[in-house]
Amino acid sequence: MSRLLLLLGTKKGAFLLESDEARRDWALRGPFCETWPLNHVVADPATGTIWGAGGNEWFGPAVWKSTDLGRSWTHSSRGLAYPEGEEPVKTAWSLAVADGALYAGVQPAGLFRSTDSGESWEHVRGLRDHPSRPDWQPGGAGLILHGILPHPEDRAQMWVAISSVGVFHTADGGRSWAPRNRGIRCDYNPEDQRYPEYGQCVHGLTMAAGRSGRLYQQNHCGMYRSDDGGRSWQSIEQGLPSSFGFPVAAHPHDPDTLFLLPLNGDSLGRFMPDAKAAVWRTRDGGRSWQALRNGLPQEGCYFGVLRQALAVDGMAGTGVYFGTSSGELYGSADEGESWRCLARHLPPILSVETLRVPG
Amino acid sequence: MATVVLADALARLFPGAPREQQVDAADVAAVLDLLDARWPGMRDRVADSTPRIRRHLDVFVDGRKAGLETPVAAHSEVLILTAMSGG
Repeated sequence: MSRLLLLLGTKKGAFLLESDEARRDWALRGPFCETWPLNHVVADPATGTIWGAGGNEWFGPAVWKSTDLGRSWTHSSRGLAYPEGEEPVKTAWSLAVADGALYAGVQPAGLFRSTDSGESWEHVRGLRDHPSRPDWQPGGAGLILHGILPHPEDRAQMWVAISSVGVFHTADGGRSWAPRNRGIRCDYNPEDQRYPEYGQCVHGLTMAAGRSGRLYQQNHCGMYRSDDGGRSWQSIEQGLPSSFGFPVAAHPHDPDTLFLLPLNGDSLGRFMPDAKAAVWRTRDGGRSWQALRNGLPQEGCYFGVLRQALAVDGMAGTGVYFGTSSGELYGSADEGESWRCLARHLPPILSVETLRVPG
Repeated sequence: MATVVLADALARLFPGAPREQQVDAADVAAVLDLLDARWPGMRDRVADSTPRIRRHLDVFVDGRKAGLETPVAAHSEVLILTAMSGG
């Protein structure tokens, strides 16, 4: 018997929801981390350590840490800084655990690595040394590195997602990086410049289960699949209600199954299409899509779902979860076939992740 | 010794840190160095890497708004306060 924790980053601190394998009854704890805005809360399944990346308008950026499943927290930003004179790090945006290290993406965009479980940080300089950096433009939320995707077998490889710069890849442990955006549209450029080398606004990036070459991306301008590690991308947006959204979540076992939450459009309010909530699922790598609505509200849904606020679990009967800008958390214990509201009246939810722990 | 008074929200980030402390320092930057030695990480919470006092914090020395280079005298009062901010 194991327990499942849902890790929520919100505009007002971290929250944890806990249940057993049945995932029917949930207990809510929080807010944690002195109610700091936390953009991303993750855990290391090997140790159960939880970290939260965020920043506070008063006190700046920090990564919070709990080694007792949320009962107590510490924080550190030692080394999480650019050299004197450069624009300071405003907030931490994303986290990833990889091969004994913890990575943090920050605003303004950059990548940091910790080899002591988040107590101290070192700058992965190679990314900001890329010759394209003077051209990097911020997206609506700023110039943020919001996605970190380590290669599951090759510790030298990693992809990162920066708004609105695009996807970059390293094959040498972060010393050098190359853009991986071929085939990604940039609708706001002049017609003959819509497929640049970089400058696309990636919103979400994930890897298919068991296939390290297959990536999926939700972009400001469309949904995409790559079967060659991001060297080239193909649109998979046909059949979806819009080309705009933020999060993307891959099935934990099936590389052809993917979950998305399209919003109505970037200039139309960025809420659920027709104000009716739906998660969209493909079973064939994006060739066809099904709307999953059973149990989700079908009127008056003027909420959005942000880039890190959709997650899956690894339990039998894969669970899918998403948190809304209006503070509701919805969950499914059957791969999206049916849904329930698991929590409401929370602060705006910025991220959702899962952690399975022994009973 | 100068007296340093921390905003409640700042002291809460460092369990055990008293709101009021005595320091022997020549300027505000040295005050932060001393606080950081006692409570590791406190300097980062008050000043950024520019380096300067964070935008939504105010430091006052003997009633006057101060920066990192503002001198601190033997019997000065140094207030580290949160400015109005939020959302």
